[in-house]
Amino acid sequence: MKRYVYINDDESAHDLYCDNRISNRKYTVLNFIPKNLWEQFSRFMNQYFLLIACLQLWSLITPVNPASTWGPLIFIFAVSATKEAWDDYHRYLSDKKANEKEVWVVRNGIKKLIQAQDIHVGNIVWLRENDEVPCDLVLIGSSDPQGLCYIETAAMDGETDLKTRVIPSACMGIDVELLHKIKGVIECPTPNKDIRRFDANMRLFPPFIDNDICPLTIKNTVLQSCYLRNTEWACGVAVYTGNETKLGMSRGIPEPKLTAMDAMIDKLTGAIFVFQIVVVMVLGIAGNVWKDTEAKKQWYVLYPDKGPWYELLIIPLRFELLCSIMIPISIKVSLDLVKGLYAKFIDWDHRMVDLETSTPSNATNTAISEDLGQVEYILTDKTGTLTENKMIFRRCCISGIFYGNENGDALKDVELLHAVSSGSPDVVQFLTIMAICNTVIPTQSKTGDILYKAQSQDEDALVQAAAHLHMVFFNKSGNILEVKFNSSVLQYEVLETLEFTSDRKRMSLVLRDCQNGKILLLSKGADEAILPYARTGQQTRNFVEAVEQYAHLGLRTLCLAWRELREDEYREWSLMFREANSTLVDREWRVAEVCQRIEHNLEVLGVTAIEDRLQDGVPETIETLRKAGINFWMLTGDKQNTAIQIALSCNFISPEPKGQLLSIDGKTEDEVRRSLERVLLTMRITTSEPKDVAFVIDGWALDFALNHYRKAFTELAILSRTAICCRVTPSQKAQLVQILKSCDYRTLAIGDGGNDVRMIQQADIGVGISGREGLQAARAADYSIGKFRFLKRLILVHGRYSYNRTAFLSQYSFYKSLLICFIQIFFSFISGVSGTSLFNSVSLMAYNVFYTSVPVLVSVLDKDLSEETVIQHPQILFYCQAGRLLNPSTFAGWFGRSLFHAVVVFLISIHAYAYDKSEMEEVSMVALSGCIWLQAFVVAMETNSFTILQHLAIWGNLAGFYAINWIFSALPASGMYTIMFRLCRQPSYWISIFLMTAAGMSPILAIKYFRYTYRPSKINTLQQAERLGGPILSLGTIEPQPRPLIEKDVSTLSITQPKNRNPVYEPLLSDSPNATRRSSGTPFDFFQSQSRSSLPNYSRNCKDN
Amino acid sequence: MDLDSGTSSTVGARVQAIPGRPAQHGALYQFKQQNLPACKPVLTPATVIASFLLMGFIFIPLGLITLRASNSVVEIVDRYDIECIPEELRSNKLLYITDDSISKNCSRFLKVPKSMRAPIYIYYQLDNYYQNHRRYVKSRNDKQLLHGLGDNSTSSCKPLESSGDLPIVPCGLIAWSVFNDTFKFSSGSSELKVNRKNIAWKSDRNHKFGKDVYPFNFQNGPLIGGGKLDPNTPLSDQEDLIVWMRTAALPSFRKLYGRIEEDLDADDVIVVQLMNNYNAYSFGGKKKLVLSTSSWLGGKNDFFGVASLFIGTFCMLISIVFLLLHVKNPRPYGDAMYTSWNKKSSSS
Repeated sequence: MKRYVYINDDESAHDLYCDNRISNRKYTVLNFIPKNLWEQFSRFMNQYFLLIACLQLWSLITPVNPASTWGPLIFIFAVSATKEAWDDYHRYLSDKKANEKEVWVVRNGIKKLIQAQDIHVGNIVWLRENDEVPCDLVLIGSSDPQGLCYIETAAMDGETDLKTRVIPSACMGIDVELLHKIKGVIECPTPNKDIRRFDANMRLFPPFIDNDICPLTIKNTVLQSCYLRNTEWACGVAVYTGNETKLGMSRGIPEPKLTAMDAMIDKLTGAIFVFQIVVVMVLGIAGNVWKDTEAKKQWYVLYPDKGPWYELLIIPLRFELLCSIMIPISIKVSLDLVKGLYAKFIDWDHRMVDLETSTPSNATNTAISEDLGQVEYILTDKTGTLTENKMIFRRCCISGIFYGNENGDALKDVELLHAVSSGSPDVVQFLTIMAICNTVIPTQSKTGDILYKAQSQDEDALVQAAAHLHMVFFNKSGNILEVKFNSSVLQYEVLETLEFTSDRKRMSLVLRDCQNGKILLLSKGADEAILPYARTGQQTRNFVEAVEQYAHLGLRTLCLAWRELREDEYREWSLMFREANSTLVDREWRVAEVCQRIEHNLEVLGVTAIEDRLQDGVPETIETLRKAGINFWMLTGDKQNTAIQIALSCNFISPEPKGQLLSIDGKTEDEVRRSLERVLLTMRITTSEPKDVAFVIDGWALDFALNHYRKAFTELAILSRTAICCRVTPSQKAQLVQILKSCDYRTLAIGDGGNDVRMIQQADIGVGISGREGLQAARAADYSIGKFRFLKRLILVHGRYSYNRTAFLSQYSFYKSLLICFIQIFFSFISGVSGTSLFNSVSLMAYNVFYTSVPVLVSVLDKDLSEETVIQHPQILFYCQAGRLLNPSTFAGWFGRSLFHAVVVFLISIHAYAYDKSEMEEVSMVALSGCIWLQAFVVAMETNSFTILQHLAIWGNLAGFYAINWIFSALPASGMYTIMFRLCRQPSYWISIFLMTAAGMSPILAIKYFRYTYRPSKINTLQQAERLGGPILSLGTIEPQPRPLIEKDVSTLSITQPKNRNPVYEPLLSDSPNATRRSSGTPFDFFQSQSRSSLPNYSRNCKDN
Repeated sequence: MDLDSGTSSTVGARVQAIPGRPAQHGALYQFKQQNLPACKPVLTPATVIASFLLMGFIFIPLGLITLRASNSVVEIVDRYDIECIPEELRSNKLLYITDDSISKNCSRFLKVPKSMRAPIYIYYQLDNYYQNHRRYVKSRNDKQLLHGLGDNSTSSCKPLESSGDLPIVPCGLIAWSVFNDTFKFSSGSSELKVNRKNIAWKSDRNHKFGKDVYPFNFQNGPLIGGGKLDPNTPLSDQEDLIVWMRTAALPSFRKLYGRIEEDLDADDVIVVQLMNNYNAYSFGGKKKLVLSTSSWLGGKNDFFGVASLFIGTFCMLISIVFLLLHVKNPRPYGDAMYTSWNKKSSSS
């Protein structure tokens, strides 16, 4: 199928293709109710409740009023539906914002400002500089005379350098005015999500170019969500719009995420369900037996001799209904509510506001906060996530002299400033190359400042630095470059530009010095592309050393070199160059070859070092989270060396001898396999040693590993706590997440660019950095934060608290439901196993909805440890990761507790209210009061920190219980009329309550105290230390100061560096893993070693796929 | 503490830099930052041991007081269901109770063990009688009891809803099975006056049972359950019915029959003339007559005292055990964490 786009033809395309309305919405107004109901009922719990509610309509079996289930059920559905509607409304709003953005479009030959959603296929869209592209366009015009325009595709693939796009040859040279009237047809494929291919043809209609078919490629397009840069304007024909754009097609609907906790809660619910069935069956059989033996004799019950056919079912069904409260109907609502609040706490947290841009953190997905506390693997992007994606010139080495080593900033190095002002020729030449050997375009702003427009951030950094050192590149007009050095203006005429390609790894400029007419060749490039071509006899050892040293500091290095060309040499070469440039076959290769002929015999001047600054607090964050037992993987599109250096500088991997980096590489399948096996072997040996072993793999090898040796790679993934994957594509990132997930690890993916979106959506938790690469990742993510360092707080504070709170809340919900259910079961034994409910409908409903929900909801404010303590002792996160607070055994504890409490309440109420006091309503209220009091004390005992709200909720709820019951007792129509007044006047009531509370709570207090004091968990010991002011506070804070620590690191490192002649990264990458291994006695702390030693058995559930 | 104030102040300073922020020190702000002032109780040995000790000190005296109250109650319990059957009929109790021609008269002699002070409550007690059976407990219609025939939906009264076309008033199993043994008391030669008024709850008489609802067709059907009601007395005055219809939660229960409003001396012999009408024989139930005084705590019930003493002793024991543990094995709290942390790490 092909799509034919008629340019500028308003009528034809309207019906054929969708307009540019972006829609991420799930519902419409019409289908909301059926679709939402359908979705809600696809959950097991809801089906269960619906079944129960329907059974209750049968009055023969219902123990209570059906309203006691229907009420909460409708309430729950309403709450969930409202939440969905609210979310969908927000999606609608954000869509609307994008849809209503105003863009310039040509309609009927006139340029008009319309909303983005009204763009139709075939419309001509005008973009101005820095505009976001609203839909996929085929370029037809640009302000550039050569028909070029620059776009930033960061939102799409995460690459930040500007890309050139060119208008098709057919449109070349068409006048701006004529563009409004251009007509033609573009034949293009049906919408797809391949952002690297666009195979289409264009034919313009007369009078433009007669019947000439012009092939189009991806080079001629600008895609939705890119930004137009460095180009005054550009215009293009919309070919794909709305959800059919290449970006829209690849967006996909993210699957709803379920937290590990939800899964555990579901499992426990299942277990309770089974338990309930067993109870129902036992009681049902007992009931039928009792009925046939005893009840037939009880004449006053008047059992008919022959019942209906379903007679045997009646009693079991009654018990089913009676026991249905075992699964708390309120748990879902409570959980939804508190989860919403967790998310709000994240939004509100002032300590996670990025102050530079005032971006607060935001939890888009409100349902998965607990998972944050259970993260085991963090997969992180590098550029823009760990680093700021802001290049700064830091150091240089000119003719063997190091500048900037002392203070970490060459621009402030007195020696360099002195050398500049004294006009040392090498330094001046060095600066000249920095300033002009590039493709930067200087422009003057209205205020007279010079702004540089650079394709690459590195070049920008160099030019800026040169300007800082008084070598100001201030004008480029045609081929003439003008540079101001101190006060003199120097002019250069560019003769040839030898462009940068990734193969050549260098770029050169041939130019004529207008001052003296000399022809110069200026080159800059990677060390391996420059140093080998140094003039014979020049000592390059200095530079090699400098490059190594800088690389070790995580700086990006470039070598600068030059030489003077003889006039005739240049002439001869330029002929060849022109010829090569005009060849049709293998042009790139031939040009490269020709360039090679002139780029030799270079006088190497020095090395520049540019820092892609790490974000504040990255090393500390990684260290803290690593201590918390979280494993880090770095997935980057960047090259291996840079990735390793960044990894080193942010504590990602440790240098020898503490750490060891194993490399998996190879060009062929076989090599990769051998390499993989070798690394795996080493990993297996080293797991027993306290050593940070990491592996590094590149995209090429990863491809083989993922496709052919998945099993081995999975094992490696389990063994390795750290990995660096470089040169990986977005889909490989997602695959890696998939591998870790398949081993049942909780993964968190963090990234900032569009290339991280798939990984973010794939991971259990996706975190987006709302950074310089646009908001693509942040939008797709579950959480968006401003800076990487907030991750620490997000996980350790918010994630951990959320986990703890949900663990308590969910188990407590089961506890209180089981409590009342056990009492009902016990009561059935003294009521002839007939399924009588001890409690009336009002009490049962209110018990779940009010009495027991309110106090527990404020547990969202509970903090077992203060934030500072958690951040100082991140190891404590282990309890959350291992699910220590919510698992079958803790649940069994709560189960036992509810059984015990039910026994206490039941025995005390029936003995205290025996004989003449055994009136049904009274006994029921005594038992209910006992439950309410006990649950208030249970909440109080499980609360670690009481704020005023907790006191209000716990004790206020108790008061509320009496208030509600007094109201009911005052209504003559209610069954409870006067009961509560009567009870409250009886001393025996209060003594019973007192007895129940004491008997129920004292064993629990005793056990808790015993554990707390004599078998303390790490949480307990920290609590004790924190609250009684132990020595823990003297450890001081590890919270990063709001200062760039990297500078300090770098300078301390640089002092030690010259002494340590051994470049660090080489042995790290040593192919023989045993070469430099030493068993260092670094003590690992408890949690790490524990989680480590448990790793082999941890290869748990690793699914063989 | 130092640390705490330090961080919070820097946050404050940082936050100030953001324009358009709401007040930063209100309670709402603190709530949003999860920073509300909180008290964090610690389970120190002192507090725990002291609170257990305190509970012991409260419950042991409480137990003694309630036991005393229970002991001050004088109670006479007499099981009469077997004794009242003539010897020859004891093998066939059912025949005895169902045959109307057999006289149900019976006399019992009760000896007063201690002097009893008025009012002396007369209860009848039924054992193994399931007033809380689901079929039974639901089989009533509160609206009909209050409004009479005005409300015709008596489906809740199943299986005894109507006789002929009209609903039975009062309908349902509970009313149908109303207890109908009667008791007359005399001491020596004089008859003891039994006050049979005000034995039901006042609220029931006034608000639950209608003043103009008459049991005109009660017990007219083929099935005769318990007692009959005077068709000329409104339900609100049928106090035996009202008492009976307050269903008991336990299969053993006592219901108030009346009050003797004069003191009885020790060793007095009370003669009870009773009509043994009610059928408790078919299901093996027991019928007892109970005369009891009352205390501030109600009737005789040792449970409060025993339970309080038990809990009090338990708390005392626990506190002693914890005290011994603490003395033998004192744990400096702050250090505990530090040492154990290091211990674990060096051992691993």
